[in-house]
Amino acid sequence: MHIAEGFLPPAHAIGWTVAAAPFVVHGARAVAREVRENPESTLLLGAAGAFTFVLSAIKLPSVTGSSSHPTGTGAGAILFRPPVMALLGTVVLLFQALLLAHGGLTTLGANAFSMAIVGPWAGYGAYRLTRGLGGGLLPGVFAGMAVADLATYVTTSLQLALAFPDASSGFAGAAVKFLGVFAITQIPLAIGEGLLGVLLFRVLTVNARPELERLGVLKS
Amino acid sequence: MNRRRLVTVLLVLGVVALFAVPLIAGGPADYTGTDNQATTVIQQQDPGYEPWFHSVLPPLSPSVESGLFAVQAALGGAVLGYVLGRLRGRRAVREASTSETPGAGATGDGPQ
Repeated sequence: MHIAEGFLPPAHAIGWTVAAAPFVVHGARAVAREVRENPESTLLLGAAGAFTFVLSAIKLPSVTGSSSHPTGTGAGAILFRPPVMALLGTVVLLFQALLLAHGGLTTLGANAFSMAIVGPWAGYGAYRLTRGLGGGLLPGVFAGMAVADLATYVTTSLQLALAFPDASSGFAGAAVKFLGVFAITQIPLAIGEGLLGVLLFRVLTVNARPELERLGVLKS
Repeated sequence: MNRRRLVTVLLVLGVVALFAVPLIAGGPADYTGTDNQATTVIQQQDPGYEPWFHSVLPPLSPSVESGLFAVQAALGGAVLGYVLGRLRGRRAVREASTSETPGAGATGDGPQ
């Protein structure tokens, strides 16, 4: 989902940056408030950030003969609600853009919009929906993690289609092409990410029960 | 092996299988990153498009690049391990101080 540096036309680069900025600022305030009001959350916030940091560094092979990487943003969104991930996800993207030449500064806004904003919100929605329908914590975590991953890549495909519409079939045709690159490759990764999320939350439910209860993830 | 531990092992095996099976069964494929494929599609869509900005860093050799990705994963893994270790240690301390209240909490299915 990393759109490479310089690969969005300037108008799109600016547009996505302007669109993402308020979410990231709001996210920074959400993180600051969480740390100030609940200092005991700092450990779990670190875990959520670290989880994204690890997962977005790992390129995994997929059934299509391509490789891609997970995003890991669902865990933090479920624990702390999505705004927190707008900051943490953007920090990860900035790190990769500056030090790893992966993604870029001009495409940071667009990449943050897909990975740090749409992904966490979609994942959080899937988690809440699963819980609302009577699903337990772990099924909810699985759905939330997997959907956050998939939604990120669908968003990237649509962003690219918007910037590079097909000469004959327009936006829709281009969307099909970009989704063809990203979507199917991403399905096994999303499932894998869901399973990793379940593993993480199984550890947390045993060892961080007080925090999960305070955050409303587990009933006290 | 208790049930909880069995589920953990199965989950880990599931994740490994999910990525090992395509590698083994898929035969030769070059596993290009989707990000690079997307760049190729962009150039097909608009052959005249020139990136108008370049990475702050000069292009890295693939080996250096994969090393840096490994550093990123290692940093994240270290922090995650530290946090989970502290949480686990904290629980051990708490359980020792409330010593031997059997079935304390809903997860009283034995030590891990």
